[in-house]
Amino acid sequence: MDELMRREVLKIIESQGKAREALIPVLKAVQRVNPKQYIPQEVSQLVASTMGISESEVYEVVSFYAEFSEKPRARNVIRICDSTVCRVTHHRKTAELLEAALGIRVGEATEDGVFCLEYSPCFGACDVAPAIRINDRVYGNLDGEKLEEILQSYRR
Amino acid sequence: MKKEMALITENFLRYGPPDTAGYLEIGGFTGLEKALAGSPEELVRTIEASGLRGRGGAAYPTGKKMRQSAAYEGDTKYLICNADEGEPGTFKDRELLEKDPLGVLEGMVIAAHGVGATQGILYLREEYSHLLGLLEDSLAAMRQDGYLGRGILGGPLDFDITVFVGAGAYICGEGTSLIESIEGKPGRPRNKPPYTKAQGLFMKPTLVSNVETFSGITAIVRHGAEVFTGYGTPMSPGTKLISLCGNVNRPGTYEVPFGTTLEEIVMGIGEGVAGGRALKFVQIGGISGPLLPKEFLKMPLSYEAFEKEGLSIGSGAVLVVDETTDILDFLDAVAAFFKHESCGKCTPCREGNRQIMNILKRMREGVALPSDPENIQRIANTMKYASFCGLGKTAPTALLSAVRYCPEEIFTRRGL
Repeated sequence: MDELMRREVLKIIESQGKAREALIPVLKAVQRVNPKQYIPQEVSQLVASTMGISESEVYEVVSFYAEFSEKPRARNVIRICDSTVCRVTHHRKTAELLEAALGIRVGEATEDGVFCLEYSPCFGACDVAPAIRINDRVYGNLDGEKLEEILQSYRR
Repeated sequence: MKKEMALITENFLRYGPPDTAGYLEIGGFTGLEKALAGSPEELVRTIEASGLRGRGGAAYPTGKKMRQSAAYEGDTKYLICNADEGEPGTFKDRELLEKDPLGVLEGMVIAAHGVGATQGILYLREEYSHLLGLLEDSLAAMRQDGYLGRGILGGPLDFDITVFVGAGAYICGEGTSLIESIEGKPGRPRNKPPYTKAQGLFMKPTLVSNVETFSGITAIVRHGAEVFTGYGTPMSPGTKLISLCGNVNRPGTYEVPFGTTLEEIVMGIGEGVAGGRALKFVQIGGISGPLLPKEFLKMPLSYEAFEKEGLSIGSGAVLVVDETTDILDFLDAVAAFFKHESCGKCTPCREGNRQIMNILKRMREGVALPSDPENIQRIANTMKYASFCGLGKTAPTALLSAVRYCPEEIFTRRGL
């Protein structure tokens, strides 16, 4: 962790406070400032020592919730829903469109670090299934053209 | 044949949230004014008279819950709106938060008056964090206009609401897990008792209710319990929001009176199966709900009709699945979801989903053992009866319903 990131993490904890109930908001914020959208072990350790919580308890929270990643991802995380509704409406077609457009498979990241692709449980967009989510925005009823337009807006 | 209604959803598209002035013009906050003009006891009686039942899926009578909650004394009492709508196939709470956040929040303030709550928290699932800005703006507007804060509308009620955003975990829809999550811990369910009504968040008395329940409270107090009970059936008064999705021509959130048949929902409101294909089954109440083959289309959506079959309407999701889906593939998707979401605390749920997936895999590959049909049912029943919380208890519902209603397709046809 470089000095810049260290200071960023300390600043986040200062603004959120050190109470136990601030842990999840703190972890959200430290993941968001990481260009690879993950929480490295050394960041978890810094959060633990600064907030006065044991490392194992911080790790327990990081590993429990789907939002947090312990592995490097990319600047933009694309999630393809693979729960029941998106499966019966053929989510694989959307996954194939994305894989072709980005030149990667689900579970991988693009070399430039702009996108990564993962499957996700339902995020409540079943009315536009099959749906995807880029960071916190939801998109559905996609075709190749629409998808390219959306991806382009994140490349800038 | 269409039976759409606008009672709980009456404010949809009639004002632009978070605009409180526009909300006032269409009768917004009149429910709160009426509630504050009367005693907490009168309010609880109105909700009891309405027959409203919890809309998160458990269907516990809301009036009874409020009466029990009101009985607990304390200088701090929490009121939590459960917006952790994680049940796959369900998105009606998202619609309420998006199209009528003030109606939901008004319901929370009304309920706070009824039970004597001092602090409100709206637990928003991470996957809906795009709605955080709108909710924060709605809360700020209500504070500005005196509908939140100290001395609401010049009376003695002090109550404010904050939003807590979850971090992605289906189990947090369960009340005690949700509370653990707000406390900064992994969302694992607590032992009950103590019930959250007595000792919930930070061990203080806490009332947790679903988004649609609060919207329902707003509508009931605004119009009177008798308007609500004027719809539905005697045992299931009022209306229900359904999330219609899957292989259907017109997916979306719709409000229907209880007693509407599944056929009226799927074929009428939903305009039938997409592409003119044949219906294979519907799954009711989300991924934790039963699969019902087409013979069930005449069944009315009501608590009593479902209870008679040993079923539950859950969150009100209606997932339409056409003939192109193999039931075993579908059941595998269900088990994979629960394997991912199981918190691992109890053995039946943690190991059961894993073993069900193993057996389903053999069945799909045509290499099932002769003992597999019996074993899969034994595992499913063990989960149903011995799991620690509702997640594990309902995880095998889809499988058990398929065994019960479609044995031909999952066993006989495969030589089992």
